Amino acid sequence: MRIPLTWLREYAQVPAGATAEDVMTELVKVGFEEEAVHRPLDSISGPIVVGQVLSKVPEPQTNGKTINWCTVRVVPEGAAQDLAGDGIDPSGVQGIVCGAHNFEVGDKVVVTLPGAVLPGDFRISPRTTYGHVSAGMIASVRELGIGEDHDGILVLSTLGLDPDLGADALELLGLRDEAAEINVTPDRGYVFSIRGAAREYAHATGTPFTDPAALVAVTAATGPGHPVRLEDQAPIYGKPGCDRFVARTVRGINAAAPTPTWMSARLRLAGIRSISLPVDISNYVMLELGQPLHFYDAGKLSGDIVVRRAAAGETLRTLDGKVRKLDLEDLLITDDSGAIGVAGVMGGASTEVTSATTSVLVEAAHFEEVSIARSRRRHKLPSEASKRFERGVDWEVADEAAQRAVDLLVELAGGTEDTTVTDVGTEPGPVTVFLPAGFASARIGIDFTTGQIVGSLEDLGAVVEPADGGWSVTAPSWRPDLATPEDLTEEVARLVGYDAIPATLPVAPPGRGYSRTQQQRRRAVQALADSGLTEILAYPFVSKAANDTFGVAEAGAPRAAVKLANPLSEEHGYLRTSLLPGLMETARRNHSRGFHDLALFESGLVFLPSGTLGTASIPPLGARPSDDVLDALYDGIPYQPLTIGALFTGRDTPAAPGHTPRPWDWADAIDAARLVADVTGVDLVVEQGSHQAFHPGRAAVLKLRSGEVVGHAGELHPRLLAEQHLPARTVAMELNASMVFDAAADVIVAKPISTFPVATQDVALVVPAEVPAAAVLESLREGAGELLEDVALFDEYAGKGIPAGSKSLAFGLRFRAADRTLTADEASAARAAAVELAGERFGATQR
Amino acid sequence: MSDTPQKTAAAPHSSNPAAPDPLDEAAVGAAVEQALAAIAAAASLDELKAARLAHTGEKSPLSLANREIGGLSKEFKAAAGKLLGASRGRVAKALAARSGVLEAEDAARILVEETVDVTAAPRRRRAGARHPLSTLQDRVCDIFVGMGWEIAEGPELESEWFNFDALNFKPDHPAREMQDTFFVEPPEAHLLLRTHTSPVQVRSLLERELPVYVLCPGKVFRTDELDATHTPVFHQFEGLAIDKKLSMADLRGTLEHFARQMFGDGASIRLRPNFFPFTEPSAELDIWHPGAKGGPRWIEWGGCGMVNPNVLRAAGIDPDEYSGFAFGMGIERTLMFRNEVSDMHDMIEGDIRFSEHFGMEI
Repeated sequence: MRIPLTWLREYAQVPAGATAEDVMTELVKVGFEEEAVHRPLDSISGPIVVGQVLSKVPEPQTNGKTINWCTVRVVPEGAAQDLAGDGIDPSGVQGIVCGAHNFEVGDKVVVTLPGAVLPGDFRISPRTTYGHVSAGMIASVRELGIGEDHDGILVLSTLGLDPDLGADALELLGLRDEAAEINVTPDRGYVFSIRGAAREYAHATGTPFTDPAALVAVTAATGPGHPVRLEDQAPIYGKPGCDRFVARTVRGINAAAPTPTWMSARLRLAGIRSISLPVDISNYVMLELGQPLHFYDAGKLSGDIVVRRAAAGETLRTLDGKVRKLDLEDLLITDDSGAIGVAGVMGGASTEVTSATTSVLVEAAHFEEVSIARSRRRHKLPSEASKRFERGVDWEVADEAAQRAVDLLVELAGGTEDTTVTDVGTEPGPVTVFLPAGFASARIGIDFTTGQIVGSLEDLGAVVEPADGGWSVTAPSWRPDLATPEDLTEEVARLVGYDAIPATLPVAPPGRGYSRTQQQRRRAVQALADSGLTEILAYPFVSKAANDTFGVAEAGAPRAAVKLANPLSEEHGYLRTSLLPGLMETARRNHSRGFHDLALFESGLVFLPSGTLGTASIPPLGARPSDDVLDALYDGIPYQPLTIGALFTGRDTPAAPGHTPRPWDWADAIDAARLVADVTGVDLVVEQGSHQAFHPGRAAVLKLRSGEVVGHAGELHPRLLAEQHLPARTVAMELNASMVFDAAADVIVAKPISTFPVATQDVALVVPAEVPAAAVLESLREGAGELLEDVALFDEYAGKGIPAGSKSLAFGLRFRAADRTLTADEASAARAAAVELAGERFGATQR
Repeated sequence: MSDTPQKTAAAPHSSNPAAPDPLDEAAVGAAVEQALAAIAAAASLDELKAARLAHTGEKSPLSLANREIGGLSKEFKAAAGKLLGASRGRVAKALAARSGVLEAEDAARILVEETVDVTAAPRRRRAGARHPLSTLQDRVCDIFVGMGWEIAEGPELESEWFNFDALNFKPDHPAREMQDTFFVEPPEAHLLLRTHTSPVQVRSLLERELPVYVLCPGKVFRTDELDATHTPVFHQFEGLAIDKKLSMADLRGTLEHFARQMFGDGASIRLRPNFFPFTEPSAELDIWHPGAKGGPRWIEWGGCGMVNPNVLRAAGIDPDEYSGFAFGMGIERTLMFRNEVSDMHDMIEGDIRFSEHFGMEI
């Protein structure tokens, strides 16, 4: 909301020297945010004065243009020029070259004298042009920054002005005013008016407020005016779409009369363009009182006005010339011809007020918020009117606003008001709230006095009456938001000032600290960072193709994924089912910026829908839903496990003297997954696997001991890497961390430590090349029995001495008994048993 | 001279002509002096070894002289033995001393020769980094856990009820539209990407025993295009305290304590009236940031207020018995003014330089 200061001053006591900034500072205290200052003088400065054209000589030029060599008097006749400066003629008559032709000798115009600055840092100085010294400029509205018209210069008589020569044109055109722009929260619709802003300014400063509505003398009706019927056949939430409709008629107006400059200047500062006198008046009254108005050409109305919902198939050509299909829920203003407006949103073209209009019907109605909001959204027609209706308009002000418009039409457009008045509707009952004594003090922590509570509420315009154990508070008509004791408490605290609230630190009951899962997550990500990986946070928006490739192991099986209804880009229209697309994109970005050695990880949610998506309806607010309804809400929300992904490309470290870097490879990806499991106390099983996003021979499937698959790791598929412009041999892993963390044992049971001597034996086994080492190791562990303390693969060999298609795996076995020193025979027997089982399972032979 | 005792017990005197007479003090002394001179002149352990061989070896004058003692008659043996013992002792001592000096010099030289350029030490392990937004989030959590609060979490893809209705956002109210929401297909499913961490408030109240003191950090979503100050995906943390008799003074005290933990003892806060559907009264929270770039100043930090009774009712809690407060701040915004990050792009693009500059700290 932009508040021109001259306007505010009419109803609030703003100190004479106060600036827009000062006004904002006051309004911030009562809960508004500063937005901007609008001050024409920041970009325009004088001397800019009223002049009169004394002579105008057309001079054709060789370039085909004709210019006018003019003399312009810029001081009253007989008076001396008080201004001095380069190019200012002491005679008070300036010689000016003007390219425009829309003026005559004797016209009064705006002259920007040498020394003036116009918007765009356009500095005026005498200059020689077309064989003359042109000392100043006759200005157009666009040059003055007050309009778009650049077809000719501004002739002041077209604005209905006949000022004295030499008068300050900046003052004349309202350019010395300025506006404070504040952000108005959605609960304070009434501050979308000078009336509301002045009231709040008075609250902020403790100074008197003059209600502009109270200054309007509403004409005593001599009878009913234009017939209006309110016939809402389908109220939304049981509330009628229109509960008041005031209609007034003004006849014999000159709709083409100019808008006075004081009005157009205020509208411009408030951010609204001057259109025509009737439109300007309706906007002016809306800004002043907060009541949106609509003017109909009374001569174009046929029959009674009926406010009702749209019928099936109904259409309306709106003021912007578009034909709109109406929805059954749209609230309409109609007459015998059909729809003539979507209530509170936009009027129809058929009854539009034009320059030829002579009789105007003024509508000042009160429409229900939700109805207006839905129509505005449906037709994508945000307007100053709908903005106010959606936030709530003062029911009481309609007749005063209509009268104010009537008065202005009479005064400025020369009309005559009908003394008949239409005012139909039902006043909503006053909202009375019981505010218990002590309630506000307990909520705020200030021991408010009765004077503070009652005084604050009365300042707002509320009626406060003592009631049993508190007060009965009736909110003023412009504050429909005040409906609970909490609302009233905020008002008391706001007007007393939030700065008065003391600080006390409440003590929480003993907590449990971080949950197990929270600790595991922090340990996992910290371990990855500690081991050299850099954390990233990618957007979770991906393409369908990315989900189908990375989110599912088998090619051709589309991934169920959540599609956004309103994505920022269609390309990234889905929620991720895998972290890998984000990691790859981030890797590519870093790569393109010259970083080729990368180890990245992300921990975040992925979205894995299955079954029912959401709920068909949602429960109402302000009440706990039943357990069944809550369960349905919970069940409708897709599974979103915490997932950890990592990607490695390039080398592990920079090359340095005495240090040879190692290229990251598939084992690093697997190791990163193992690390996450290790630091969270989980046993991760690595098996040969396959996943369409990975190299078919270099992919591991990661499982829990239970056999549940929790992820994949290995080298990314060379074809994908080429497509994604990433280096060959880029490796990655992805792990469902939620599942991994859940698999951690609650309590780890200690193992007794034997101090008897160890017996170590090595064994080299030849097995077919495709047999996984982990499986052979597992068979050794099983076969060796309980004397085996540990077994580890320490070498793998294929080549000379080993049959083709086979490989040799060398294991170190460590034996120890809990209760005695093992003999060499015991250790050898255990080793032999281990080898035997490996032989049975995989045809392993000792080398 | 017949009574002059014979020096040698057995004639003829078969001694080595190079051997000094073991009774000739001058000759032995000369041999000692020669030995000491050679030892002193030895500049290296090798030269010292040569000097030792020459002056204490089997063929050295002193050894030869010593050997002569065996042939001396009894009455001369003692004197000769004493002379040569003392002489050879002097030489041995000189040798040991010189050897010690030369060995020490040698050891020192080797250490000097082993000098490396420590400034060229290679990085053998890669230095990783947390994302500063995560680190900051952890720090915020630590502060509240230290106050006895717990950390609560919720899904990012959320039911419209938890995100709006349960938080007293009325259907069709403009406040609902101010949070430019990502909805998902189909719209009839009433699912959305949460626009704030506030849905975790109601989840916590439904799932936990009262009183509740929780902090809810997490990712939130709005349909803003990415630019220097906006991002469609960002992070918030939300505090919620529901207990008997909590007031707005408790809210202020909590926020002030937290602000000091984050920005130092010079930090303070300011509350300005504002509107949120889920709190009443509501306030905008400004922080006095003593270390702000360009000098101490007030900075908008977040929103807060007393939990609206309708939120409590949505969780089945009697607002006449319990009350409480909630607050929410943006982590990106906090990082921007706390750590002087001027462009949102740096936080979301994943450029390793951004995170690695912070490392593990914030």
